[in-house]
Amino acid sequence: MFHDRSPIYQQIANGIKDDVLSGTLKEGEQVMSTNQYAAFYQINPATAAKGFAQLVDEGVLFKKRGIGMFVSPDARARLRGQRRERFFADVVAPMLAEARMVGVEVDEIVAYLKDGPR
Amino acid sequence: MISLRDLTVRYGDTVAVDGITLDLEPGKIYGLLGRNGSGKTSLLSVLASYRRAAAGTVRFDGADPFENRALVRDIAFIRDSLDVTEQDRIAKVLDFAARLRPTFAADYAEHLVDVFELDRRKRVSALSRGQRSSLGVVLGLAARAPLTILDEVYLGMDAGARTAFYRELLADYLAHPRTIILSTHLIEEVAGLFEQVIVIDRGRLLVHEDTDTFKARGVAVTGPAAAVDAFVAGRTVLNEQSLGGVRQVTLYGALDDDEAARARAAGLTLAPVGVQDLFVHLTSGAADGTRRREALR
Repeated sequence: MFHDRSPIYQQIANGIKDDVLSGTLKEGEQVMSTNQYAAFYQINPATAAKGFAQLVDEGVLFKKRGIGMFVSPDARARLRGQRRERFFADVVAPMLAEARMVGVEVDEIVAYLKDGPR
Repeated sequence: MISLRDLTVRYGDTVAVDGITLDLEPGKIYGLLGRNGSGKTSLLSVLASYRRAAAGTVRFDGADPFENRALVRDIAFIRDSLDVTEQDRIAKVLDFAARLRPTFAADYAEHLVDVFELDRRKRVSALSRGQRSSLGVVLGLAARAPLTILDEVYLGMDAGARTAFYRELLADYLAHPRTIILSTHLIEEVAGLFEQVIVIDRGRLLVHEDTDTFKARGVAVTGPAAAVDAFVAGRTVLNEQSLGGVRQVTLYGALDDDEAARARAAGLTLAPVGVQDLFVHLTSGAADGTRRREALR
């Protein structure tokens, strides 16, 4: 865990986002507490809390006072929208840069996408 | 709140702690990092009221803890010597600690003795280095003191015992939040547990900030020598090395998005620096280390 180079709280936030996108975490469902996260990943609870706070800011989670954190009703749609916006910049552009560097033509890529590997 | 103001510790002509000013909020886990002889133990000894400062003040919510019975009762300081009777058996040491400290959790101590596989019948003087350290951890954690200071308590512990120590420390902190100060130079394996890090070097305070902030400070810039040199001009350089025409420079100071974009546009690669490396560069004894430290102040 946490081999990524980004800060740990960021990785926790991203992990929860992935779980929401994939449906592992359902909208309205309660997420584990910061203490449970801290114990599981062996990190300071303040670090876990920072990740949660970021998700609350982004509207992915909301807090029920005295009970815990829950996935927002519209979290999945919101995240999908964000990820779709970034899809070309984050996923396609680096692939094209690599293709250009090694001399793979766009036509080849299109053919691969349509027909799969030959 | 624990407040240190211009704290100085001297041994004869040697200045071990040189005017440290520091505020510690309660309820956090602090990592105190410093090389051997940097003044960690001296600083902690004064914090724990084991020693009086030559100059400066220590205040716990405004009160001086030195020889203050009510405040000192709330401090557990575990250091190399363990401060126990060497001829005593472990069972007796634990029994004594329980009598001495109202907050001591005897059942938790028993649990820890099992975790570290200590033999209750063994005398302290007969323990191996690692077992001795484990006993220190048992005494320190089971004390459940509002201020728990663990000074390099892992010495001689193998990787398994250290992992158990970190796990127990975090679990017990989550169940019983308190202020914990852990001094170490095994930084990488334990940095995730610290809410804040304090770096001291040659008796002086170099860094005190959130662990995440500290981790983000180190940036390794790699690329063609000329491009690297142009980019790093005017910044705090901790280290540099070259391989043919490629240069790698370790910078201190987080780059903002614009700066990072500018570096990438110039064909440079940016990578974070591990906490351990950052610490080594910050406190290295090389001649230019002094210049670096000046630049940080």
